[in-house]
Amino acid sequence: MNTPTFDLLGDRAASAPLSPPEVQRYARHLIMPEVAMEGQKRLKAAKVLCIGTGGLGSPLTLYLAAAGVGTIGLVDFDVVDVSNLQRQIIHFTSDVGRPKITSAEEKLRAINPDLNVVRHEHALDSGNAMAICAPYDVIVDGTDNFPTRYLVNDACVLLGKPNVYGSIFRFDGQASVFFPPSGPCYRCLYPEPPPPGLVPSCAEGGVLGILPGLIGVVQATEAVKLILGKGRPLIGRLLLYDALDMSFREMKVRKNPRCPICGPNPTIHALIDYQEFCGVRGEEATTEAMAAASNGTITPLELKELLDRGDAPLILDVRNPEEIAICRIAGSVVIPLPELPQRLRELKRGVPMVVHCKSGMRSAKAIKLLEAEGFSNLRNLTGGILAWIKDVDPSQPVY
Amino acid sequence: MLIRVRLFALARKQTGLAEVEIDLPEEATVADLKARLGSKCPQLLPLLPNVMIAVDAEYATDDQVVPLDAEVAVIPPVSGGGPLP
Repeated sequence: MNTPTFDLLGDRAASAPLSPPEVQRYARHLIMPEVAMEGQKRLKAAKVLCIGTGGLGSPLTLYLAAAGVGTIGLVDFDVVDVSNLQRQIIHFTSDVGRPKITSAEEKLRAINPDLNVVRHEHALDSGNAMAICAPYDVIVDGTDNFPTRYLVNDACVLLGKPNVYGSIFRFDGQASVFFPPSGPCYRCLYPEPPPPGLVPSCAEGGVLGILPGLIGVVQATEAVKLILGKGRPLIGRLLLYDALDMSFREMKVRKNPRCPICGPNPTIHALIDYQEFCGVRGEEATTEAMAAASNGTITPLELKELLDRGDAPLILDVRNPEEIAICRIAGSVVIPLPELPQRLRELKRGVPMVVHCKSGMRSAKAIKLLEAEGFSNLRNLTGGILAWIKDVDPSQPVY
Repeated sequence: MLIRVRLFALARKQTGLAEVEIDLPEEATVADLKARLGSKCPQLLPLLPNVMIAVDAEYATDDQVVPLDAEVAVIPPVSGGGPLP
């Protein structure tokens, strides 16, 4: 197989000589012919944009900073949450509540004071993506949602930039390099986004904390190889990693001749509205409408009052078993939402019922489903078990 | 012919299976395979329109014929959505 070679930097590397302390710092690179002085100067001249400083962004930016990449752009507007610490190793316990971009910048500068960090402290959207991505040589996608995934893909295709892709779910990871015309783009693999809510995020599906470490490091490796112009990049190949099985597989992926953005007859020539494309806006509106339409709601305090009066309704908890193990309203009946259609017979009809989940979305869906099946007298617990714990039972942990 | 189908990510989670065997007539296409997969594992039905199918470690289109002894992989898109509602 022919190895495509790239020169992403042109003669910029020549203008990035190494100082004597830099020569010492990068000594283990400089003695390898694949890097050597020429490659280290390329790394110093290179500009890499990392979208997100979360699970994938943590290890990959740490390694890129250590490796001597001269400029790293960070896109993030989130704040460090204690539940991030299990996998987002650039953020420390003392950073909880601080902007991720500030926390990340400090760590990267501490590793390598010569590093130039460029902060993009806002959400990437169709209005700013082209301008943000344009100055960089390589874009590394560390996002966790489909609208941004398609946005990054399209911006990279339109700008002709390599897109180093990684994604994670539970124990499974994927990585690739999308760089048309040398190989396919993300849309060649997945022309249409899945319906909103179908594919869970890390927050919904869970993720092994170590997993993004491995995938992020694969992404960092690919970024460095692209900058050096060495080795065989992960272009046209989708790497699949299964941590439970400890196996790596590789799927050959091709350009889709009907790809709407990188195919021979593209129909997309500029960035679009990705929230709409991924159906996210519609979904939000539907859920809001659903919540508004089911005027049967009950607050945690009202429910507590009913229970204290001995007037207990049937409490139906539609969360998953793993969530039940964390916290629970005593006496509730548990039927996870995906199993509800098959388990309706377990529920008494006609009795007052309060339905809840973590914060109220899944229970709204459950109520819609139950109403369609002829159930009545249903109420949604406002704010779900999180609100219950906050207002009624603070002894239980939240997640 | 019996075809081994490996399930990845969400496809594995929804079925609880890493692999299923699907009985296919000869000359069946990837689209036929998806249909059989949907009837054997109804949990996959909502996912199937958006999954990538690989036949013998190579991206496959719906009209492609599944060869004898092929190893098929179902690779759903990964990552997305907001925090747990």
